[in-house]
Amino acid sequence: MDREQKILLKEIMEVGFVLVETNLYLDIQPNDERALRLHNSYSQKYKELESLYQAKYGPLRYTEMSSYPWAYINGPWPWEINFDIP
Amino acid sequence: MWIYEKRLQYPVRVDTTNPTLAAMIIEQFGGADGELSAGIRYLTQRWTMPTNQTKALLTDIGTEELAHWEIIGTLVWKLVKDAPVDEIKGTPFEAHYVNHGKSPFPHSAAGEAWTAAYIQSKGDPIADLHEDMAAEQKARATYEWLINISDDPGVKDTLRFLREREIVHFQRFGEALMILQDELNSKKFF
Ligand SMILES: [Fe+2]
Repeated sequence: MDREQKILLKEIMEVGFVLVETNLYLDIQPNDERALRLHNSYSQKYKELESLYQAKYGPLRYTEMSSYPWAYINGPWPWEINFDIP
Repeated sequence: MWIYEKRLQYPVRVDTTNPTLAAMIIEQFGGADGELSAGIRYLTQRWTMPTNQTKALLTDIGTEELAHWEIIGTLVWKLVKDAPVDEIKGTPFEAHYVNHGKSPFPHSAAGEAWTAAYIQSKGDPIADLHEDMAAEQKARATYEWLINISDDPGVKDTLRFLREREIVHFQRFGEALMILQDELNSKKFF
């Protein structure tokens, strides 16, 4: 995995983690409008990053489209990545 | 990593409340050849799979099994949710009820709690894929016995869908095993 892909993947992981937190909070505080706005803005950011990543490196989820051949299976798989950025 | 999708893989229909049938179907929720065993088995075996095809297949079938586990839990719940205690008393679901109420719980129809001893991960892809193919056939057989004892048309329909999935999984595992064996042979692995 090259440097550029790693940087983009880690950005997806960071924004994804924000959504993990806003999600848990909103599950029990669904009327907190400020938290919801924060969630929505990160949700949009997440979608943008995902489509950027997937256009270059293939699907993150099997429901996505792929160039030929089916790029979803391409390595490295999540448990094979060295997350250090040189 | 995983993100939950708030829908079932198949529309679960139950026509009649039936605690006895719920107690039998729970075999696939927490029994040896049930959906929980399948999911945990395949997801655990992924780390030592040697090819991208087998890593992907184990990931995706393992994930589908968890969706099937949710379908089975939904069947169990819909079979008991409207049952008054009088309709539970004297049925095989009564022993379940005194410990878990109407909550599904991962144990077998005979009441043995789920255990990791039901599964294996050998760190050897050939051994693991053979285990997986056997597991799919055992799950298919369990679905056939369950279909035999079910009178409820909605329940039967869902069980038939799940039975078909086991056949598809067996087929895909078989193809993966053949491809992998060809690759290992051409590398003179031994
Ligand atoms: Fe299966």
